[in-house]
Amino acid sequence: MESSVINERRKQKRLARERRFRFYGISAIVLAISFLVFFFTDIIRKGYKAFAVTEIRSEIVYSGDAMEIPQLAFQEDVREFVSYSVARMIPSDLERDPSLMGKSVVKWVTASDEVDQYAKGSVTRLDQDEQRMIDDLKRQGRLRLSFNTQFFAGGDSKLAEVAGIFSAVVGSLYVIALTVLFSVPIGVMSALYLQEFAPDNFLTRLIEVNISNLAAIPSIIFGLLGLSIFINFFGVPRSSALAGGLTLALMTLPVIIISTRASLGAVPDSIRHGAYAVGTSKLQMVLHHLLPLSMPGITTGTIIGVARALGETAPLLIVGMMAYIPDVPSGITEAATVLPAQIYTWSSASQRAFVEKTAAGIMVLLVVMLLLNATAIWLRRKYEIKW
Amino acid sequence: MLDSTLVYGFLAGLLPLSWIAYRIGRGKAAGFEKTAALHSRPEMHGWYVVATTALPSMLALLISLLLHASKIREVPSTVLIAALFVLTAGGFYLGVRALSPTLRARNRVETLAEWLLIAASFVSILTTVGIVLSIVFEAVHFFQLVGFWNFLTGTSWNPDTAFLEGAGRSGEESAKPEFGSVPVFAGTFLITFIALAVAVPIGLFSAIYLSEYASYSFRQIVKPVLEILAGIPTVVYGFFAAITVSPLIVEIVGFFGAEASYTNALSPGIVMGIMIIPLVSSLSDDVINSVPQSLREGSLALGMTVSETAKKVILPAALPGIVAAVLLAMSRAIGETMIVVMAAGLDANLTLNPLEGVTTVTVRIVDSLTGDQEFDSPATLSAYGLGFVLLVVTLVLNVVSSVVVRRFRERYE
Repeated sequence: MESSVINERRKQKRLARERRFRFYGISAIVLAISFLVFFFTDIIRKGYKAFAVTEIRSEIVYSGDAMEIPQLAFQEDVREFVSYSVARMIPSDLERDPSLMGKSVVKWVTASDEVDQYAKGSVTRLDQDEQRMIDDLKRQGRLRLSFNTQFFAGGDSKLAEVAGIFSAVVGSLYVIALTVLFSVPIGVMSALYLQEFAPDNFLTRLIEVNISNLAAIPSIIFGLLGLSIFINFFGVPRSSALAGGLTLALMTLPVIIISTRASLGAVPDSIRHGAYAVGTSKLQMVLHHLLPLSMPGITTGTIIGVARALGETAPLLIVGMMAYIPDVPSGITEAATVLPAQIYTWSSASQRAFVEKTAAGIMVLLVVMLLLNATAIWLRRKYEIKW
Repeated sequence: MLDSTLVYGFLAGLLPLSWIAYRIGRGKAAGFEKTAALHSRPEMHGWYVVATTALPSMLALLISLLLHASKIREVPSTVLIAALFVLTAGGFYLGVRALSPTLRARNRVETLAEWLLIAASFVSILTTVGIVLSIVFEAVHFFQLVGFWNFLTGTSWNPDTAFLEGAGRSGEESAKPEFGSVPVFAGTFLITFIALAVAVPIGLFSAIYLSEYASYSFRQIVKPVLEILAGIPTVVYGFFAAITVSPLIVEIVGFFGAEASYTNALSPGIVMGIMIIPLVSSLSDDVINSVPQSLREGSLALGMTVSETAKKVILPAALPGIVAAVLLAMSRAIGETMIVVMAAGLDANLTLNPLEGVTTVTVRIVDSLTGDQEFDSPATLSAYGLGFVLLVVTLVLNVVSSVVVRRFRERYE
């Protein structure tokens, strides 16, 4: 009797421990997922406002005074609130089209970043009087929020209200195109050699160990490599898409080699033997049978590698791709910046308005990366061959 | 840089030329086929002509580029252009002339293709050699200037006045630059430790839950969701750490009456920990799953609960693999750059207090290479000294972890 009570108590204790352990497990997962949720809501909450921009309706009078002090072209009550990006265009407009002189137009113009922040209900440096004046404008219907096309169509600017991601996106496209151009052919070729042709000897094993080590080297080391080999040794222009693309290509290479080898290895030997049996040579077997069959795996691996390269920042900072680039780079040897580097530059800008720009840039980057990864998963589901 | 338009123009012209070469070679071989049996298919003859046309000139271009870059000899553009044209035309002529029914075109093309594949796989070797050479070369230069022992044992990192020396203004009432790396490494390890303290328990417990308790469908949903954490770009985590987490920590600490710096070590540490949760959990998941089912069943058959099985049977069996996963996570945390660049401090501060600002190896590398300084100044070169140590540490961690994993796999095969 005694012992069964003790046993029962011991059993209860063990079961309680079991439940506790199980609870730790599930709470670890819940914790990780709630980090994710918190993270996404935080970024969206900070960034969604950047997709709208504040505009003010004002009469613009082209006069001789406006040639000297462009702000004078605007109505008196909005002069301080109009973005300098609009004001600085007035003298050049007049120079281009002298017939404008003396005329006046009524237009919606972009407001300055502080007005923009106040209108969206964020923290602003405007004082009480200025805030009241803006409230008045709003009551008169001369203040509106409209979709921020400048954010997608414009380049970087020191003025937060007109800063956009377009030149960074173009820079990213250049860099990614170069990365793919260099890393995919070389990666697939070396995977083919290692998986299908290479004899099992010391050299082959050396290459294999070397590739798995390269995959684990911190990305910033690749930046140091790019700086001293491509820029200092080969004389590739600093800050250029070429320097960034080459650096990221070397970084992506191991990813592509490893995934290509995995999908080549998954093709069963019966395919190889069948090809040989009808008289193909080794190269024909590889090109006509293995490569087409492992194409879904190679594509998936490439997309994942590209997605990683797209979000990479550290090595690009080292090769100088964080320059201030207001205009779209015209070639691969021009100074350029990429979207993550643009996010980094904005995040260290002092104006508060850049916080929402940064978060909005992050949202764009995350959407692109999610799309890439979703494509990779979709491709794998649709085309992967189960042997 | 060599005249880049020349290079691009030549490469662009080579594509249509190769196509023409292919057509001509194939056509000529097809002509033979009417009268005699061919050794190789006409396509192979086509490829043979392509190879003889394009390869010699591309090789010449590559060699002249290398000569140019290493400053051994400058090849004048006019000479190079002439040489490229002669090589291309001559290669084409000789290639077409060599075509005959008995030409072993396929064998030659295939041997060549194999050499191309070998060359491609040497690119990764060259990358490693490039990394080691460039870093070691500059690091040695740096250690000559500063002294390896001073670098390794000094407790004060203060490179900012080095550029004065570079500008020939040393001794101008400024402190001497100091390159003692101890506080930099201490900061790195403090942040790494915080990251592991977040990632290892969460990652390990999720892995155990997913492999021992969770249903199949739960796993199918949760695993990819956790993987999202690993796919988020580090610059995004950096922004999150600097703008959201740091102020939050300052506020919470302030609530308890203490004071925290806005560049505290806790915030980048925690965020980095979140980032490496999937790394820990998926690697541990792999090793836990490779523990043989018989061990699990044996334990359960003795009346152990699932948690007792996990703690007393599976974890000890999987321990080497889990250690390897932690080492890999550690190497990732040490080499992580953007989070610390954006959220940790710049000042090398020798402290164990996670609420103070510390700096890390990667922060110092980025800081010293993104300024507008002379490349030969010790402040810039210090990046390579730090990079050298970073490379060695991460390599050792990776090698140890892969050896441990291999031993572990072998035990259960």
